[in-house]
Amino acid sequence: MNETIPPKEERMTALNGLGTSRKRVEDARFTQGKGNYVDDIKLQGMLFGDFVRSPYAHARVKSIKTEAALAIPGVHAVITAADLEPLKLHWMPTLAGDVQMVLADGKVLFQGQEVAFVVADNRYAADDGIKAVEVEYEELPVIVDPFKAELDGAPILREDIADKKEGAHGPRRHPNHIFTWESGDRQATEAVISEADVVAEEMVYYHRTHPCPLETCGSVASMDKVNGKLTVWGTFQAPHAVRTVASLISGIAEHNIRIVSPDIGGGFGNKVGVYPGYICSIVASIVTGAPVKWIEDKMDNLMATAFARDYWMQGKISATKEGKITGLWCHTTADHGAFDACADPTKFPAGFMNICTGSYDIPTAFLSVDGIYTNKAPGGVAYRCSFRVTEAAYFIERMIEVLAIKLGMDSAELREKNFIRKDQFPYQSALGWEYDSGDYHTAWDKALKAVNYKELRKEQAERLEAFHKGETRKLIGIGLSHFTEIVGAGPVKNCDILGLGMFDSCEIRIHPTGSAIARLGTISQGQGHATTFAQILASEIGIPAEDITLEEGDTDTAPYGLGTYGSRSTPVAGAATAMAGRKIRAKAQMIAAYLLEVHDNDLEWDVDRFVVKGNPERFKTMKEIAFASYNQAIPNVEPGLEAVSYYDPPNMTYPFGAYICVMEIDVDTGTTEIRQVFALDDCGTRINPMIIEGQVHGGLTEALAIAMGQEIAYDEMGNVTTGTLMDFFVPTAWETPNYQTDYTETPSPHHPIGAKGVGESPNVGGVPAFSNAVHDAFKSFGLTQSHMPHDHWRIWTIANKLGLHEM
Amino acid sequence: MIPSNFEYHKPDSIDGALSILTEWGDDARVIAGGHSLIPVMKQRLTDISHLIDLGGISELKGISIENNKVSIGAMTTQHELITNTQLAKFVPLIREASLQIADPQVRYVGTIGGNVANGDPANDMPGLMQTLDASYELTGPNGVRIVKARDFYEAAYFTAREDEEILTSISFSVPNCGYAYEKQKRKIGDYATAAAGVLINMDNDTCSFASIALTNLSDTPVYCEEAVNNLVGKKVDSNAIKKAVHYCVEASDPVADTRGPVEFKKYVAGIIVQKAIENAIARV
Ligand SMILES: Cc1cc2nc3c(=O)[nH]c(=O)nc-3n(C[C@H](O)[C@H](O)[C@H](O)COP(=O)(O)OP(=O)(O)OC[C@H]3O[C@@H](n4cnc5c(N)ncnc54)[C@H](O)[C@@H]3O)c2cc1C
Repeated sequence: MNETIPPKEERMTALNGLGTSRKRVEDARFTQGKGNYVDDIKLQGMLFGDFVRSPYAHARVKSIKTEAALAIPGVHAVITAADLEPLKLHWMPTLAGDVQMVLADGKVLFQGQEVAFVVADNRYAADDGIKAVEVEYEELPVIVDPFKAELDGAPILREDIADKKEGAHGPRRHPNHIFTWESGDRQATEAVISEADVVAEEMVYYHRTHPCPLETCGSVASMDKVNGKLTVWGTFQAPHAVRTVASLISGIAEHNIRIVSPDIGGGFGNKVGVYPGYICSIVASIVTGAPVKWIEDKMDNLMATAFARDYWMQGKISATKEGKITGLWCHTTADHGAFDACADPTKFPAGFMNICTGSYDIPTAFLSVDGIYTNKAPGGVAYRCSFRVTEAAYFIERMIEVLAIKLGMDSAELREKNFIRKDQFPYQSALGWEYDSGDYHTAWDKALKAVNYKELRKEQAERLEAFHKGETRKLIGIGLSHFTEIVGAGPVKNCDILGLGMFDSCEIRIHPTGSAIARLGTISQGQGHATTFAQILASEIGIPAEDITLEEGDTDTAPYGLGTYGSRSTPVAGAATAMAGRKIRAKAQMIAAYLLEVHDNDLEWDVDRFVVKGNPERFKTMKEIAFASYNQAIPNVEPGLEAVSYYDPPNMTYPFGAYICVMEIDVDTGTTEIRQVFALDDCGTRINPMIIEGQVHGGLTEALAIAMGQEIAYDEMGNVTTGTLMDFFVPTAWETPNYQTDYTETPSPHHPIGAKGVGESPNVGGVPAFSNAVHDAFKSFGLTQSHMPHDHWRIWTIANKLGLHEM
Repeated sequence: MIPSNFEYHKPDSIDGALSILTEWGDDARVIAGGHSLIPVMKQRLTDISHLIDLGGISELKGISIENNKVSIGAMTTQHELITNTQLAKFVPLIREASLQIADPQVRYVGTIGGNVANGDPANDMPGLMQTLDASYELTGPNGVRIVKARDFYEAAYFTAREDEEILTSISFSVPNCGYAYEKQKRKIGDYATAAAGVLINMDNDTCSFASIALTNLSDTPVYCEEAVNNLVGKKVDSNAIKKAVHYCVEASDPVADTRGPVEFKKYVAGIIVQKAIENAIARV
């Protein structure tokens, strides 16, 4: 062989593997409007279904009259709970061990609840039918405040389980109480706090908001009565789990159900759960014999599908006079709405809220969470975060700030004093987690230097002086945040959803000519899996990323997996991808050894080929090996080159970061101007820096929205007051500030390629950075805590209460 | 979010539109840019069985400025108000205000006529037209009549326009003085938390002319007569401005909504009016 081998670097570049900013292969179709979303699916004879929804937050349903609706031309059927009951489909299990009405069964429990499903030729006729369904309601007293749910005389919301003293997560103390969940050592924590030099105490509320993906939820169900096969295209973040659940509740054998997630226009947790619309489109297809589509509009989506957050976190944090934290106590009142439909691993009814010790070495801690029913939409999903990690990060980052005030210490310094040190990893937290890796001090130093922290504080002090002199009405706020996430759920030994272990999977087939297809158990909703997972494989098996097709979301072809949410795709399915790639390589090595007539151990891997050790002219490229696997009879080696890996991670991964926001605040108008946002992320090994940057920008923008205006609000009657995009804040380019990003790289020691997941970090770290900036601006006037979202009137109210309008 | 069934008409003359309007009475409605009307139709908050599109009537379009008099056809889009160079030169107040309405997509189709005829207190143009002391030309089956913008608004969505009348054009004199339109909103595409249009002229230190109107601070636009009376003929110093601001806030009557409680809105109204007055004076 005398052909010249291209240099190593050249061959690596050709792969477009790990660490390269490969352009997203998905974007060609997305930017040309050629994506294929659920609403793009149009089948022969397809009908359209939509809901009659409750105008009331709590009411008895006295009667439903459907005759007038059925008389409307084009209306085929009106399905009510009474029709679903014989099929036992009028209620469905939630992911949190509760049950939820598919259609109103005797009463409604939140505004926008699904009451009846009208099936018609098209959307127009369906809507005419909806208006013609006559529902007689009798209004009942409403609970919107979770703190009033257990008072004497409070209405009982869930009559179906009023007498059940035991729920899915242990004892219930009241009919409106769902569970109590505890973590850590109560006695020890209370003792530490009662003896501490300094204790700061605060109620930290993380308000109710909504993931609000651009594309709303929807499904197209098609029951083929000839072969008995049900196909459902839908906005599913976990298609395999949906298949299993659909089989269990419908009685249709699992092999006769095919679930397909086509392109998904953003999920952010909103598309993890199972919604009445999915069930109703399936039932309607079975009833009518035609395919049935259901697509929400934006108002339906905001009002009825899964919300996020709504945690009231009462906290106490104690420290020595010198600022060494000694204990953390938290009691959370969790408003779950009318049904407990949180999407958490089964054993974690409050998700991973017990990561609330954050980035700090806190020796003693205790957390308890009470889940409460109210007359609001169900949900409690992980909106661009791992289960309840945003709540935890916001809580601890606020508590650090209030403790710093109590101590009279700069909060940057307080953080530094209490960070878990690099040499403490793997670190066992007081609330039971083993942090895999981290280097917080380095990240923090880098962040403080990047923004010139000392100078900023000086400028802030000068501004304050000018303010007191009446020279300006604008204050400066500096928002600090150092977060630690816990992502990549997770080890099957403690993480499952409805009994399904939270492993994930990848299956690879190498084609004879040396290109490949890989299928995964996850599903991209815009994260760019087809780009990044091909890069992981390229580096593992030496085939250019361009030559690897990625496929997800079709349960008939993809291997079983638990889907995409909680930053689990890279930590779990990404690991499975690397592991499957390594299996391919192992077989390839045997084939190469045969072809080169050497022993397996005489070969070494070199980017895209196996080379005979000490004899670099003798090699077989992956392409050659692929062809050989199909055309040579190799003794003791099966033909073909395929592998599948199901990966059960040994631990979670713990991405972290240091974020700083500088904000100008006008005390008279409550308006804000964000001057600087610095975001340093450490997500371990960086697969595609450009995608990371994009994810950080997107996540920061959602964080900005949540902190500064986005909320799902209810009035006392339980009416949603922010049900349209006029009132529900989604920032445009105009409101979005510039972002400055940076990174450190601390690989996960247990992940095959050291990657940790990044898509959710900016939301987790961003919210406290923005919120802390607002708090920080008013700190010197005595503000300790004020609830988000920090929209104009709430900021104005802070200033007003502090007497800043009487100067 | 699906409208009920309706008949669609696209006449090419005002008379054509009027005859359909008269024929169908209450069941008919004209549509201009549709950016206020279509959302309420989609929510089925209004039932319209005949929709008359004014987009085919060329007489309703265009901007003319002659002898210090500005006349704007009802179907002129908000985008055209921004890009018309003559208008920008002679009445920069219009451009300043229009740029603060909604977003470019809305402004490409939203019209001045729809904005002022709608009767929504959140619309910016009604207050702006009261600032300019504009006149609306209403054409009905019985001919044409003129109503002053300052007399047009009765309550939210109730105006002096009769059901079978079409607002055909808007006219006002070139102001030739200091101007400002200030608006506080939560985000791009939002209606005002508080907004104020101001025209002011000065004779040395003395105010020789003033006009002030507020947007979204009551169930109609608020023309601030008392504030104006207290400015004109007075020496304008910080005290006089303070006093004018005080009268403006007195005249406002906002309601609490997702933009905030009443005290907040009144306070911000004061800040916004003050900014507008100061900007206008600086531009005299
Ligand atoms: C997202 C969004 C944000 C917005 N933000 C703002 C804002 O900040 N400020 C603001 O002022 N507006 C705002 N608007 C409204 C926008 O400016 C509308 O275009 C305007 O209110 C109505 O004008 P139109 O031409 O679209 O009228 P249409 O919606 O077609 O009509 C509105 C009403 O006026 C009637 N009408 C229309 N033309 C005539 C006529 N010639 N004679 C008689 N009656 C007539 C119609 O019958 C209807 O009742 C916003 C709209 C949207 C969708």
